[in-house]
Amino acid sequence: MRSGEKKMDSVLINENPIIYPKRPRRVRTDQSNTDEFSSTNRIRDIRDPEHPKLSLEDLNILTEESVEVDDDKSYVRITFTPTLPHCHLPTPIGLCLLAKLAQSLPARFKVDVRVAPGSHDKEKTVNKQLGDKERVAAGLENPDLVALLNKMMQV
Amino acid sequence: MKLMDKNLGLVEVQKLEGHTDRVWNVAWNPAADGVLASCSADKTVRIWEQSSLTRSWTCKAVLEGTHTRTVKSLAWSPSAKLLATASFDGTTCVWENFATDSESVSVLQVHESEVKSVSWNASGSLLATCGRDKSVWIWEVLPENEFDCAAVLTGHSEDVKMVLWHPTMDVLFSCSYDNTVKIWWSEDEYGDYNCVQTLGESNNGHSSTVWSISFNAAGDKMVTCSDDLTVKIWKTDISRMQSGEGYVPWTHVCTLSGFHDRTIYSVHWSRDGVIACGAGDDTIQLFVDSNSDSVDRPSYKLLLKKEKAHEKDVNSVQWAPDKESRLLASGSDDKMVKIWKLASEP
Repeated sequence: MRSGEKKMDSVLINENPIIYPKRPRRVRTDQSNTDEFSSTNRIRDIRDPEHPKLSLEDLNILTEESVEVDDDKSYVRITFTPTLPHCHLPTPIGLCLLAKLAQSLPARFKVDVRVAPGSHDKEKTVNKQLGDKERVAAGLENPDLVALLNKMMQV
Repeated sequence: MKLMDKNLGLVEVQKLEGHTDRVWNVAWNPAADGVLASCSADKTVRIWEQSSLTRSWTCKAVLEGTHTRTVKSLAWSPSAKLLATASFDGTTCVWENFATDSESVSVLQVHESEVKSVSWNASGSLLATCGRDKSVWIWEVLPENEFDCAAVLTGHSEDVKMVLWHPTMDVLFSCSYDNTVKIWWSEDEYGDYNCVQTLGESNNGHSSTVWSISFNAAGDKMVTCSDDLTVKIWKTDISRMQSGEGYVPWTHVCTLSGFHDRTIYSVHWSRDGVIACGAGDDTIQLFVDSNSDSVDRPSYKLLLKKEKAHEKDVNSVQWAPDKESRLLASGSDDKMVKIWKLASEP
């Protein structure tokens, strides 16, 4: 299946992303809100910045393996895979993941977000930016970026 | 070392509530006992005072309406007549007679993006600022709350997190997202400031962002902390520098690692030799030189670890400037400021 979104004079970095078949969602019956499944659920439907009709899960930017949770240590690590190694969008995707989890996880959690090793040319640069909470905080005060993130989080 | 022998603990004296967003920095008034300032992502600065009667702390003033974004850092001038604040809105404000009818605020607007730190030299004649635009500015302090730009220092390749003047000499230190500490020195009072040394990975420096710097009381030792999860101690021969021999380089003494497991945001060396660190692991940890009484080489040891000092990251720690109180202030992502006392546990 290919994306039907082709515009005239398009400047999308990834015009024809591969869309992955949806995996069936398991229904949980316990009350825990911090295990891997829940973390995935909160973020899997975030919209791709370039293709708002597609989610990060649709594009395999996030998979269930992306999420590591250690409830005892109150730690979550998200590893995401940009669709192209040279695209400029890992930063907004990473920021959106951080913002979404900060909103929905209990305050005790520490969250690290990183690009999957080997998946992007600017991996070290992006990971360092996402790991600097002062830079992240300042970025999240930028109205244009906030508008993009809100668009991405509309489910 | 006497401190190591006592059964010491960091006792919480009071929790100061009021800020409505994370607290980035705390700073003690250097000229008046029991006065503390804090700054926050809520765009305000709060001044807290300890009542001489009740001994408890209350918020005496809220400085708001001036900065339009996060206030990241603040510094009292040595006389405490002026308070400088650095903000993500790109400005540095210097307040005089704040919260009174004669309040005056000077706005220094030169950085191209967020201002991260501000520091006064020992005599209060110079002010330094730094920011994400990678530059460090030095200002001459003039009467009537006026400022003249004395130097614009470029050299860091990334965001500059903190600037700090040496406690006794007009030598400026800066630390950065580029993983280095740079030292800026002017040959004479009219000369230009130049970068005379860079402490980087090749000379035992940090391997990730350096967040904070602090000096011991004598000014011959320095401590730095980093996103690389370590704390490093440095030294120089300060008497040679003070005697006018020219610049004497700083050398690495030791690295303290394995204590914090998340970014260490703040480090502060007390007048009686205790190093306090605040980190993203919610802890405050204290270190001392267990050999300070002897002629042996320094040996820095963990004095104590305060787990869950705050509910979230500890962004700032600062010892009160007086010699007796052993009070420590801390600021956190949990929006709280806390006052602690280093005392013997009962």
